Amino acid sequence: MSELLDIAVISGLIGATMRMATPIIFATLGEILAERSGVLNLGIEGIMLMGAMTGFLVTFSSGSIWTGVVAAALVGMLLGLLMAFLAVDLGLSQHVSGLGITLFSSGLAMFIYRLYVGSPTVPPTIEPFKQIALPVLSKIPLIGPGLFTQYSLTYVAWLLIPLMSILLYKTKLGLKVRTVGENPVVADTVGVNVALTRTLCLVFGGALMGIGGAFLTLAHQNMFLIDVIGGRGWVAIAMVIFGNWDPFKGALGALIFGFLDGLQLRLQGFGIAISFHLFLMIPYLLTIVALISVSRKAAVPGGLLKPYRREEKGG
Amino acid sequence: MSGVTKQFLDTVANNNVSFNLYGDEICALLGENGAGKTTLMNILFGYYTCDEGQIFIKGEKVNLSAPKDAISRGVGMIHQHFALVASQTVLENIIIGTGAGKGIFLDLKGARRDIVALQDRFGLQVDPDAQIWTLSVGEQQKVEILKALYREVDILIMDEPTAVLAPAETDELFKTLRTLVKEGRSVVFISHKLNEVMDISDRIVVLRAGRVVAERETAKTNARELANLMVGRELLENLEKKTIEAGRPVLEIENLSALNDKNLNALHQLDLVVRRHEILGMAGISGNGQRELAEILFGLRHPTAGSVKINGDALKFGSPTSAIRLKMGRIPEDRIDTGLMMDLTIAENLILENHSSSDFHRYGLMKSKKIHQFSDELIAAYDIKAGDRDAVTKSLSGGNLQKVMLARELAGRPALVVAAQPTRGLDVGAMEFIHQRILQERERGAGILLISEDLDEVFNLSDRIVVLYEGQIVGAVRCEDASREQVGLWMSGVRH
Amino acid sequence: MIGFRLIKRKPLPAWARVVIPIAAIVATLVLAAIPILIAGGNLWKSYFYLFHGALGTRYNLLETCVKASPLLLTGLAVAFAFRAKFWNIGAEGQLLAGALTATALGVSLDGIPQMILLPIIIGAGFLAGGIWAAIPALLKTKLKVDDVVSTLLLNYVMIHIMGALLFGPLQQPDSSWPRSSAIVEAACYPILMARSRFHLGIPLALMAVLIIWFINSKTTFGYQSRAVGVNARAADFGGINTTKVILWTALISGGLAGLAGVGELCAIQRRLIMDISPGYGYSGIVIAMLGNLHPIGVLFSSLFFSVVIVGAQTMSRMTGVPTYIAEVIQGMALMVMLIFLLFTEYKISRVRKK
Repeated sequence: MSELLDIAVISGLIGATMRMATPIIFATLGEILAERSGVLNLGIEGIMLMGAMTGFLVTFSSGSIWTGVVAAALVGMLLGLLMAFLAVDLGLSQHVSGLGITLFSSGLAMFIYRLYVGSPTVPPTIEPFKQIALPVLSKIPLIGPGLFTQYSLTYVAWLLIPLMSILLYKTKLGLKVRTVGENPVVADTVGVNVALTRTLCLVFGGALMGIGGAFLTLAHQNMFLIDVIGGRGWVAIAMVIFGNWDPFKGALGALIFGFLDGLQLRLQGFGIAISFHLFLMIPYLLTIVALISVSRKAAVPGGLLKPYRREEKGG
Repeated sequence: MSGVTKQFLDTVANNNVSFNLYGDEICALLGENGAGKTTLMNILFGYYTCDEGQIFIKGEKVNLSAPKDAISRGVGMIHQHFALVASQTVLENIIIGTGAGKGIFLDLKGARRDIVALQDRFGLQVDPDAQIWTLSVGEQQKVEILKALYREVDILIMDEPTAVLAPAETDELFKTLRTLVKEGRSVVFISHKLNEVMDISDRIVVLRAGRVVAERETAKTNARELANLMVGRELLENLEKKTIEAGRPVLEIENLSALNDKNLNALHQLDLVVRRHEILGMAGISGNGQRELAEILFGLRHPTAGSVKINGDALKFGSPTSAIRLKMGRIPEDRIDTGLMMDLTIAENLILENHSSSDFHRYGLMKSKKIHQFSDELIAAYDIKAGDRDAVTKSLSGGNLQKVMLARELAGRPALVVAAQPTRGLDVGAMEFIHQRILQERERGAGILLISEDLDEVFNLSDRIVVLYEGQIVGAVRCEDASREQVGLWMSGVRH
Repeated sequence: MIGFRLIKRKPLPAWARVVIPIAAIVATLVLAAIPILIAGGNLWKSYFYLFHGALGTRYNLLETCVKASPLLLTGLAVAFAFRAKFWNIGAEGQLLAGALTATALGVSLDGIPQMILLPIIIGAGFLAGGIWAAIPALLKTKLKVDDVVSTLLLNYVMIHIMGALLFGPLQQPDSSWPRSSAIVEAACYPILMARSRFHLGIPLALMAVLIIWFINSKTTFGYQSRAVGVNARAADFGGINTTKVILWTALISGGLAGLAGVGELCAIQRRLIMDISPGYGYSGIVIAMLGNLHPIGVLFSSLFFSVVIVGAQTMSRMTGVPTYIAEVIQGMALMVMLIFLLFTEYKISRVRKK
């Protein structure tokens, strides 16, 4: 056990935490944007998969990794637009629309991949992102190497967290988004275009989700496998609730998941028999606990946000 | 607005209505519930679009497809249910959707300055950083007015603004409105309350069943004439009320106290008795505890203290089953949300409360023949105009819905009937039917607690009248001895 | 510029309830032409092999039934729950709970005759799925926890429980893979038709359809469950114990999903593996919606899905169109059905804007 407390191990763990958390941070921020405007986007798992697949294929064929990222974002935006069409314009049930998109996107992703790549014995790979060590910061003892030697996408994720917070709380658009999510009727009366606001949030949220998926095939691994997303989309849904729909707190939840994910890998390496599955259960159980406390407080008026109106139509 | 027509499915809400508003005036739009006043103004506000007709603002023809268009033309509307976001602050609610700010960022400090200035100018003091849910209804209304003023509206539409205000708050509101008009704005005041309309308006337009029936200058008319115009005939129902001696108590409420949803006092040590063969009319403005009292009796709410006995048996709080078992017929205020299941058939709604009784059910199976028979009988007895018992309930009109409600609740010949706002929103024909039915129950021997905002209803039906104000009974009197003035005073909180 | 608005329309006659799902299926099959063409497959050949592969030979037909069985059960499970507005997204986890229980019993209860063992396993699997659904139902009724998210989360909890057990106590002794030992012979579902995989689970599933139909339309519980689904507040007002109704609905719903898991284990795989369910629980949601939450509708839509899944294998072999087209068609079917359902309640009207 004492081996775990070795500085190198801790440093590695910190690095791993950030790495594993990155796709979830992207996904969580994207989902927060959607839910804050009042739409629960259950298509997240499918959008991430499409993002992963698109990012990989585009990089594979173009040779440029950032093109892949952009393509993933675009695909995410398109799927977000589809979700907006179903759930906002047509006003269909949000959770069924979202699940339909997940089903559809998952199938589509595999379909297109198989079409393009066929079934080779050795799956194709690409040249993935390299980790970049920030000049001064990565020299800080203990936390430096882990924290500040990351992929560029991870640094982007870090920036996005405070940006999202500023957007929501300090800008006019953010106030519109929050009002639309809290009470779309009021927003409509005041002249806010509810449908447009929700659509924009879904589209940009989708972009973030797509990038989150692409991270997994362009940085974390360098190939595309059918279960590359592995339920992280659902984790993001959970983290949004865990973080009370706040960017910082949601990111904290993502970090906890990243920590547990990284920890269980290392424990496996140390031959500790405790099933890593039990570890991976923890974020879900934590979220259920968070759900319980949120729901209890939500009974008090003004207590806690319940921003998404499940069956609410805008306008 | 000229030639405006608006149709919803089967109902023509506005039929070729023409309405003019002049500068510097308060114009009242008067009519019963369902006359089309709110619909008309919603069209002016851009919330609805009219099927036919044209709108001119300041001489210019306008095409309003969303509230945004109306607001940009200087029209603001304050609905009965406030358009405020409960968990956000006054400030946020006022500036939402306006361009206030520097670039993409909000300018909270500047906005606060402007709003405080508005507040001082018009006497609408509210704490800008308070969250809406902490404010009183009167204060929330002030926020709504500030919202409109902040957007520099010239035309302010207020829909039944005094429905939820105490008399003191009403006076404040009227003062504010007069100030607004002095500064060159116009106000449309939608109401069905004659005295207020006479008090505040310069001109009155009367709507009835979707059409304009009259226009008067307030100074040149009176309440009686207006009442006749509103209803189309004298406000007298053809009700036969026999004199019956009241019997022993069926409902005994002792020392009942309760909190409302905001954890403020709703009922305070309430004592009440209703007897057999008696209708006790509980008058009072909405928001004085009526809802909480009804919910406690219906089994939907727990009081903090006190007891309720029906025919001597204690009512178990929070249990609708208990109320049903004790033979209470319950007519809730909100028939659509609380009482009826709109997507089910009429028959399925009728048997809701006794579906598990041995008449309709055996070994877990429903006895369809008996159910059909039961439903058909009730539909005939209550003259419910629908396809048949298997028609979907949501296809019924308001009056017929309430008849289904009554049919169900009175089928078991209850000992006590608690009716909350039973004829709200209904047309006169339905109203008469329901009043007759209630009187029939009284004859049969039920005791009836009638909670109603409609003073005419209270006076026409009750044997005794009590007034609920701020959770307490502030006046009790026999119907013959009561005067509307006295009851009105009690309703406003003036005791003795 | 001409804009569009959706306005409510008068209710459609009863025959629409049958025609709409059929129209949705037809529309989906037509839309499926797009991915087929993109994959470069010959349209007519593809459709031919899709249907032939599913229905063309005796073996194919029976295989389609085999594939339909778990889909039918999860579809029933979800439809039954949705009817009471208990949004059970957790059919996947409930299925696994059933499979897990069946495994535990199936590997250890050696020596008990099949006539006794199978009912025990089936009952236990039903119960396990039911309990796994009852937990979020309790959370919903007592603590107001959102059922969509809680059932979803419990799916993953169950997957990890299964993983922990398959790497632990349930793991086959001489293997390093996460798989269990094979269940005893007596615990396997008997094959009912020679030279096929047509097993006991299929008539069981069909019986479930009848039972659920009966519950829905003839029993008091079915009435109460509908009432709670339509307006829980009014149901409560009328004296229905909504908590009890939702709990029992969850138990039955989860139980049906659990039965699907038992079937997959005892008839198809005969041992527990991580991939025992390729998303049957999630497909159940689509099937339930496509079937308009009605047991007979679920029967037909699960058949449609299994035709697509089984047929896609053959189509893929013969035309090169990837098998994943099955999932694509599933997703499209859901969206088409949702849109069609929408137009039963609303219609488009043009709004002229300047």
